[in-house]
Amino acid sequence: MAASKDALVDPIFNNNPIALQVLGICSALAITISMAQTLVMCAAVIFVLGMSSLIISAIRHWIPINIRIIVQMIIISSLVIVVDQFLKAFAYEISKSLSVFVGLIITNCIVLGRAEAFAMQNPPWLSFLDGIGNALGYSVILILVAFIREVFGAGTLLGYPVLATVGDGGWYQTNGLLLLSPSAFFIIGLLIWVLRAWKPAQVERPEYTIAPNLQYSEHYQHSKS
Amino acid sequence: MADRQFNKDSVRNILLVAFSISLICSVLVSLSAVILKPRQDANALLDQRRNILVAAGVLSEGKTENAEGQGIQEIFLAEFEERVVDLRTGDFVDSSELDRNYDPIKAAKKPDQSIRLSADSDIALLLRRENLTSIDLRRNPDGSIRQVILPVRGYGLWGTLYGYLALQDDYLTVAGLSFYSHKETPGLGGEVDNPNWKAQWPNRRIYDSTGEPAIRLVKGMRRDDYSIDALAGATLTTRGVENLIRFWTGELGFGPFLKKMANRQGAVSL
Repeated sequence: MAASKDALVDPIFNNNPIALQVLGICSALAITISMAQTLVMCAAVIFVLGMSSLIISAIRHWIPINIRIIVQMIIISSLVIVVDQFLKAFAYEISKSLSVFVGLIITNCIVLGRAEAFAMQNPPWLSFLDGIGNALGYSVILILVAFIREVFGAGTLLGYPVLATVGDGGWYQTNGLLLLSPSAFFIIGLLIWVLRAWKPAQVERPEYTIAPNLQYSEHYQHSKS
Repeated sequence: MADRQFNKDSVRNILLVAFSISLICSVLVSLSAVILKPRQDANALLDQRRNILVAAGVLSEGKTENAEGQGIQEIFLAEFEERVVDLRTGDFVDSSELDRNYDPIKAAKKPDQSIRLSADSDIALLLRRENLTSIDLRRNPDGSIRQVILPVRGYGLWGTLYGYLALQDDYLTVAGLSFYSHKETPGLGGEVDNPNWKAQWPNRRIYDSTGEPAIRLVKGMRRDDYSIDALAGATLTTRGVENLIRFWTGELGFGPFLKKMANRQGAVSL
């Protein structure tokens, strides 16, 4: 029971795929411009990641080791195409604005990463929870980024005005930078900072330390000792 | 595995797994594509008609009903009529000769259905232009023409802008402009979608007294018949919009058609 709870909850803050593993950044930059797009994208990723982990885990004993990545890719891409077809049929407007990014879930490192790292070694139910958990971790970051970008970049939330913008005769001067993709980099960077300040265990050990500056005499003594 | 004979890495199993996974997944993908196709096509058609209604000023952006609660299809079938125009001659052609799935944008890529544009005439950066395209006529209840809605497209900063230009019944005055697909920078060039900006377009005249395309996008509000305030911080988008309007109202666009129709009305001679 504890294992399944960990599989679901751990990736949300403790082992977040975006904030700790820094995966899946491409779509996080591209589609967080509006909350509506982001929510649909998150739902698509939750479905794809949950189902792909479940299916791959269920057939993991039959997947030959030499073609395992191809098998995983076929399953993931089939799921993504099905999701894309459903969006085109039932949420046409949003699928138009998400354009290629639904298709690009196929290449989202988080999906293949969970398949290869978790689902190939764990039973289906646990893998399913792990997939959902990681997708939720991805979603939490995306929703935070989209919230900041839409509210302060366009003055709206889910299309409804929340800040009266200058363009509509109000007081709020919209921040155009937030509507451009690089702003998501800054926001994700700041979120990683906040998360690591809250959970210092996530701070990576430095790969090397810079030697201190020494006076010549100290250096001389240093090398003698 | 319970079966001791089973070797998942044997050649036989590799082929078996590869084949069966491919088969199952392809069936799944094709099924979803085939089953959902009619719905997707209906969505695409509805979206196209909605954009025509937005350009004609019948619907406001993002709405699917007018003030009387009529839906897109209802309004469209009541007031609009699709017609095919031959851009080479500027005449209507019988639409029954065309394939039902004829798509002007795809036709522009086929050598036998389009012409190649020379570099100096290709101001909208289209490379090729189709010979036949479809326009929409909006009629008054008495049957007279109220508006004509022309498809326009051209290159902006990041990609091609696709939209509709609606003209009033004299074929020379703008009734509205709306883009349904573009890749311009949100907040800068993306402001082509801003209703306040689009509100400048109605009543602008597309030709000057010599019959040349005259719409221009300039800095600052000018109170003349041809000028539109350019978008701040979006020089290339602005230039793209100006060029695409000039192209599609010019000799290689709908120019011959519009002038013929305007002359037939006797409103002005150009």
